[in-house]
Parts: sequence; C-alpha cells; structure tokens
Amino acid sequence: MAIFTRGFGGRRDPDAVALPPGQHLTEGFPVLSAGPTQYVEPEDWSFTLTTETDEKQTWSWDDLMNLPSEDVEVDIHCVTRWSKLKSRWRGVPVDAFFEDSESEADYVMAHSYGGYTTNLPLEDLLDGKAWVVHEYDDGPIPAEHGGPVRLLVPHLYFWKSAKWLSGFTMMTGDEPGFWEGFGYHNYGDPWREERYAGD
Amino acid sequence: MNSPIDTSGESALDGSAAAGPFADVFAGDVSAAVVTCGGCRSSAVFAEQHAYLGAPGTVLRCPGCDHVLARLVQTPTEVWLDLSGSSSWRFPL
Repeated sequence: MAIFTRGFGGRRDPDAVALPPGQHLTEGFPVLSAGPTQYVEPEDWSFTLTTETDEKQTWSWDDLMNLPSEDVEVDIHCVTRWSKLKSRWRGVPVDAFFEDSESEADYVMAHSYGGYTTNLPLEDLLDGKAWVVHEYDDGPIPAEHGGPVRLLVPHLYFWKSAKWLSGFTMMTGDEPGFWEGFGYHNYGDPWREERYAGD
Repeated sequence: MNSPIDTSGESALDGSAAAGPFADVFAGDVSAAVVTCGGCRSSAVFAEQHAYLGAPGTVLRCPGCDHVLARLVQTPTEVWLDLSGSSSWRFPL
C-alpha cells in the first residue's frame, strides 16, 4: 500500500484556476439561447418591476443610464460546462431598482423579451450580488449575448442571467421559470453542481 | 450534456439537428413527423421546425411564430419531454 499519495507536498501550479466541479475553461463566449435572438433597440427597451400587488414601476433606457453604474469583472459558469473567467461588464446593481419598492415578496421571476423566464430568490439579487448590465467588454452588449440589457448573476449558473431583460415580477412563493420547471435545478449553484432537478 | 453547441449569432438550426435526442425518446426517426403548432396552428415536418440546442436543453420552435413546440432535457438519470406547445404530432406509417 502506498504511504504517500502522488503530489503530496508538491507545489501548486500558480496559474491553476479553481473552477466549479465539472467545468472547463473557455476563452470564447459561446452563444446559447432557448429561442431566436431578440433585437431590441435601446430607445425601445424598458424594464418593468411588478410587485405582488400588481404595482408597476418602469425604467426606460435613459432612466437606466441615469442610475449609477459600476464596472464588474466576474467569472461566469454555464451549466453546459464551460466557464469564462474575468468577463467584464458594466451595469446597475439590482439594489437600485428596489430602493422605492414596497414589495415584501421574497422571490423574483425575471422576464425577457422573447418570453424566457427564470426564477431567483430576491436575496440573490441584492447586496451587490447581481447587476442589470448594459455593456460588455467596454461596448454595447451584442444582441446574441443579451443586449441591449441583460441580467448578470455570476454566482449562479448562467441560465439565471436572463438575456434581453424586460422585467421582474415579485412572487410571494417560489415558482419555476422556463428551465427550472423542466429538468434543471431550481437554484443552480455551480459550486454545489446544482445542474439538474434533484442534484 | 454532450449536445452540440451552436456558437453563431443566429442560433436557430433546422429541426434535423434535434432529431437525434427525440428519436431516442420516440424509439424511431421523427424527422418526417408532422408537428402542428399549438400557437398559430401551422403544420410542418419536424425537420423544418427551428431547433435550439444546448440552450441548455433542446427547444423546438415553430418557424412561423416562434412558439415553443417541444422541449427535451436529458439529465444523467432521466429524459424530460414537453410537447404541450404542439397540438399534434403525426407519424407516417
């Protein structure tokens, strides 16, 4: 029986990157969509927050531009097993959209132009954990990557970062979105490898 | 998942691209099956529908109105199949 395991006491590769389990690195940015690319001009874009009592608050592109944006550099992890490191975005922390909200609901359904939906606990969107982004790599977000505006929730699998974001609906109880109700995990933490329902 | 990943800007493929995983479920070729859209009621063979692969599941959409006709997800232990967006599937004998 071997007493020492291979590599015991060896030096770590300083360039080694810690990835969530089952992921591999990509230098590109694969385009994965459940439907056709939505082409929404900024002047036609709007974002509506609908509370559980059906009160609505809407932001236009100009409204979005007037909110304080910040630069974000984050690793993103797709459930199809690619991870992309240090992706660079600019956008508004989700917290800004809830400053005047009287909602007491704990869950959010994010909606996209084109009909896509994905559900998230509100606490996963607040306290600087998620952004409504409008720039990628110092330019407008290409339509195929969700521009003009997408959600960015980097601590969850990337299907939660809805492309072509059009609004949030507050929910008092959790309800599944497009994929969560159909085989994929309801929460989607890549570090716990929550890919599929039951993981 | 081993689904091919489309990296083009326009991610719709023709339905043939999704025929494999559906054939596994139906235990036969589905390419010639006539699928009727539950949205606009138009009909076309499976191979002429629009397919989105690795999205992360497989989605079949009506080329006329983009309505979701079918979804298919394969997990390590199960296959999920949703045909609720289509009103009928006709298979030639």
